[in-house]
Amino acid sequence: MDLERKRLGVATGTLVIITFSLVLVALTAALVLAPRELQMGDIQRLFYFHMPSAWIALGPAFTVVFALSIAYLVTGKLKYDRWAAASAEIGVIFTTVTLLTGPLWAKPVWGVYWTWEPRLTTTLVLWFIYVGYLLLRAIAGEGPRRARLSAVYGIVGWIDVPIVFLSIWLWRTLHPRLLTGSGFSMDSRMLAALMVSLVAFTLLYVCLLVLRARTLAVEATLSGLRAEIRRRNRRGGGS
Amino acid sequence: MAFFSQAWTIARKDLLTELRGASTIISMVLLGLLVVLVFNFGADPGVESAALARSGVLWAAFLFSGVIAVGRSFASEREAGCLDGLLLCPVDRALIYLGKLIGNFILVFATGVVILLFFTVIYNVSLGLGWLGILLLLVLASVGLATLGTLFAAVAAGVRARDALLTVFIFPLLVPLVIAAAHTSTLLLDGKGLGAAGFWPWLLVVYDAIFLAVSFMVFDFVVED
Amino acid sequence: MEAATSTRTPGVSQPADLWPGAVQPTASPEPAKPPAILVRALVKTYGPVEALRGLDLEVEPGAFLTIFGPNGAGKTTLMKVLATLTRPTEGSALVCGHDVVREARAVRERVGVISHNTYLYAQLTALENLEFYARMYRVRDGRKRALALLSKMDLAKRMHDRVATYSRGMQQRLSVARALLHDPQVLLLDEPYTGLDQHAAKVLAEVLLELRDGNRTVIMTTHNLEEGLAGCDRAAILVDGQLVYDTQVKGIEVSSFRDTYFHCVRGELGQA
Repeated sequence: MDLERKRLGVATGTLVIITFSLVLVALTAALVLAPRELQMGDIQRLFYFHMPSAWIALGPAFTVVFALSIAYLVTGKLKYDRWAAASAEIGVIFTTVTLLTGPLWAKPVWGVYWTWEPRLTTTLVLWFIYVGYLLLRAIAGEGPRRARLSAVYGIVGWIDVPIVFLSIWLWRTLHPRLLTGSGFSMDSRMLAALMVSLVAFTLLYVCLLVLRARTLAVEATLSGLRAEIRRRNRRGGGS
Repeated sequence: MAFFSQAWTIARKDLLTELRGASTIISMVLLGLLVVLVFNFGADPGVESAALARSGVLWAAFLFSGVIAVGRSFASEREAGCLDGLLLCPVDRALIYLGKLIGNFILVFATGVVILLFFTVIYNVSLGLGWLGILLLLVLASVGLATLGTLFAAVAAGVRARDALLTVFIFPLLVPLVIAAAHTSTLLLDGKGLGAAGFWPWLLVVYDAIFLAVSFMVFDFVVED
Repeated sequence: MEAATSTRTPGVSQPADLWPGAVQPTASPEPAKPPAILVRALVKTYGPVEALRGLDLEVEPGAFLTIFGPNGAGKTTLMKVLATLTRPTEGSALVCGHDVVREARAVRERVGVISHNTYLYAQLTALENLEFYARMYRVRDGRKRALALLSKMDLAKRMHDRVATYSRGMQQRLSVARALLHDPQVLLLDEPYTGLDQHAAKVLAEVLLELRDGNRTVIMTTHNLEEGLAGCDRAAILVDGQLVYDTQVKGIEVSSFRDTYFHCVRGELGQA
């Protein structure tokens, strides 16, 4: 890790710029260009942020944690652990956004904040699991032990999520209480805005992941340097 | 069966230690009973609460007391470095996990039975043949709780986490278990047979099987240094 | 990163130049049997911390090696690697010819550990503790062996009492019995005298003396120079994860060894 290098690399820099631009485009599309929904009004625009966030949360973010956890346990390279941690952190952010925008949107539309809709409920359980993951990392110290324990948690957690979804879905079909789906039909312009938003959020996830993993790598290097300094001080100071 | 005898030796040692220590078992059982009691006060005394609500109470009590039990299984190893003592023995790590799992299962199941008995008294439940069904359900739920509980108790022991933190780690993972168990017990408490529960008990079986397999595979990584 | 010593002949590591009054190391006799302990270029890192940095060590069977070093030198880490409690990051370690990673089980069968941890279950009786470990080590006639060790350690009268009621000295004696249950070929003692009073320390020293039957290898770590030098025939000094000194102990005076020790600890040998 070259600490002398203060700028981002070319690839990373390009990624940041593209992401930034695409997010701006998505914002414009969602807030300005897309048509106003007839029944719900402007509040429907939250959907352009809710759905992509949910996609990131339920899809790539924690799957990456799972895959990298296995990679770490197999190879022992701390690099995988760092990237897994970064993905989990960002995943929790997107999950939180999903959980905040969901009820915000549901209340004016359906009159209730929470509907026990299977995907949203699974997202809530997911949130608890990965906040637990971050909590574990926070108290586990650092280095290989933290990596191993988090990896185990990341693996078990990810395997559990589909089972959670299945059980909630089955539970809900027994007590059908409507309120599934998006509750509105989308015309082609809305669909376009949604697609742009989806791509923008995915890129945002990747961009944040790269930047965060970089920061964690720097932290790890610093940690090593500090330990080395302590060791030398100890020796120099005598007995 | 030499393979199992070592696992059973560990389980026996755990149970003996817990029984002699006594404080854990007592607090487990008391907590379970208290949860049943306290939840009941939330309801109208004259009105018979819905079967589903009662089920919820039963499983909440079961989970809270169960987590305490599994937490203790590695806490006792922390004293005098006993976990290292175990790891020094020429025994497969999987056997250590199995031994702890068996011990935890017995503790959790036994406590579950006591809670269930208390529950049937408080809620005036008469089950008849339904007892078989609910005991079977308790076995499946205890396996599930003991499986993930033992694994994460080892994780928590590695970071010196308290019981509360262990609860935070385990509970979200147990959601499918709670849903399946609660639904099955609701039907059983209503007098319907196990057959009426349809796929729920099977979901439990699948859940148990998956996490048993996964836990065996990853336990090594949790205890190694 | 400077190193105090580079390639060395197995069994002996010594400073490039000695100062007046330092202990003169003597070469160890050529090993006749395969070494009980063979460590090559052992590195162990815990994340950013390097506990062991390229350690070489060879110990012939029947030897009694004491490793001295300040806190944080890596003594416990070395013991843990040899006991298979932790895996090397780089390098290799063989105990009785078995690799600590690939043949961990075989190593565990041959190694007994005594440390400041007693590895005893407080709620179980002394006999129950020993029987438990006897079963875990698959000791034949475990109960008989447990009883024999209990009387040897002078604990027979209280073998049905819970370990929680034992004094520290008694617990340590029981811990020794535990370590000997499976008749290990290698004994690892990690700071065994910690917390022991005079009497208990004396008993431990006597037991260790008895154990030297020519076949059993003993490696002890300590930072107490007097206790460490008594009874051993080889002494080494570990500083910052590297062995900086290694000598046969015969004929050595404690005071000159003490000087050597402090000199090692204060700075790298061979430098000003």
